[in-house]
Amino acid sequence: MCQSRAVPLLALAAQTPNLYSPRPGPQAASASHKGFFETVLDQYFGDYITVAAFLGMGALLVAGAVLASAALRPNNPTAVKSQSYECGIDPVGGGWSQTQIRYYIFALLFLIFDVEAVFIFPWAVGLETFSDLGMGVFVLVEMVIFIGILVLGLVYAVRKGVLRWE
Amino acid sequence: MDVGDWVSTPQNWVFLVIALPMLFAGFKVVQTSNVVHAVLYLVGTLGGSAALFILLGAEFVAWTVVLVYIGAVIVLFLFGIMITRAPLGFDVTLSHPVRIRVAAAVVAFVLFALVGGAMLAEFENQTIPEAADATRTVEIGLSIFDRFVIPFEVVSVVLLAALIGGIVLARRDPAEEEEAGVVR
Repeated sequence: MCQSRAVPLLALAAQTPNLYSPRPGPQAASASHKGFFETVLDQYFGDYITVAAFLGMGALLVAGAVLASAALRPNNPTAVKSQSYECGIDPVGGGWSQTQIRYYIFALLFLIFDVEAVFIFPWAVGLETFSDLGMGVFVLVEMVIFIGILVLGLVYAVRKGVLRWE
Repeated sequence: MDVGDWVSTPQNWVFLVIALPMLFAGFKVVQTSNVVHAVLYLVGTLGGSAALFILLGAEFVAWTVVLVYIGAVIVLFLFGIMITRAPLGFDVTLSHPVRIRVAAAVVAFVLFALVGGAMLAEFENQTIPEAADATRTVEIGLSIFDRFVIPFEVVSVVLLAALIGGIVLARRDPAEEEEAGVVR
């Protein structure tokens, strides 16, 4: 029964306009009056190509600035220059030390709620589509139950005094 | 697919650019004798797998890898190292004798052959859809709330169990702590 219902719903969703609105579809991409770069950037990888181009330019800019300043400045290192400057007492011993296990719980809590956030994304992105399909209230209730169950865990952590800082 | 086809497809080159550093980082994860460096190389491997997912048109999976694995699991690894291995840094006990290395290589190869063989047997002639038909996050949401509602709610119970279990394991009772004479 579930199997039979899923397909028409997806087909219906494909007809609703806002499902595909963030990115132009293949028709827009293949429009002939556009130049090569506009065509490429309209496609799926366009966003990532833009990001990669910005990353590359940024890296070039920083590398160029650092290399240029290294080529221009005089280089005269002394032991005094590599001391920490106006940072209180000189450090003793290594920086790597053992940590309290207490911090582990915070990392664990972060992991759990990170996974929860991952499930919230497809819900939040599709809210308009869901309400167009007439399942808005249902989806809202489902998400409230989902978050509610995890809030129970947070309540447990608070009651156990895990989040208290001592 | 012949060589000319392979060369003229840009995706193949992007795949190479992503996969070769991944191989290198994966090798360094097991090769380096500094556990913190191993974790950082693991970040590189996971980032590469996220990039491969983007290349396959699975954006949501890619960003889930970034959020959960690079964001949270790596933090857990680092915390685990910081709690258990001190002082950190170079660790000679990580180097194993040759026969153990050979056994590990054999296990890794068999696992690779099994997974690769299963994938080839299952997806032999299938092609992934064009990038324009890439799975959108909305569609994932639709299938979650239409077909997989109960599993979705079960996930929250599993997460709750993990949360409580983690708290029980990682935290000592204050009464126990006083008994053990822990000074705050």
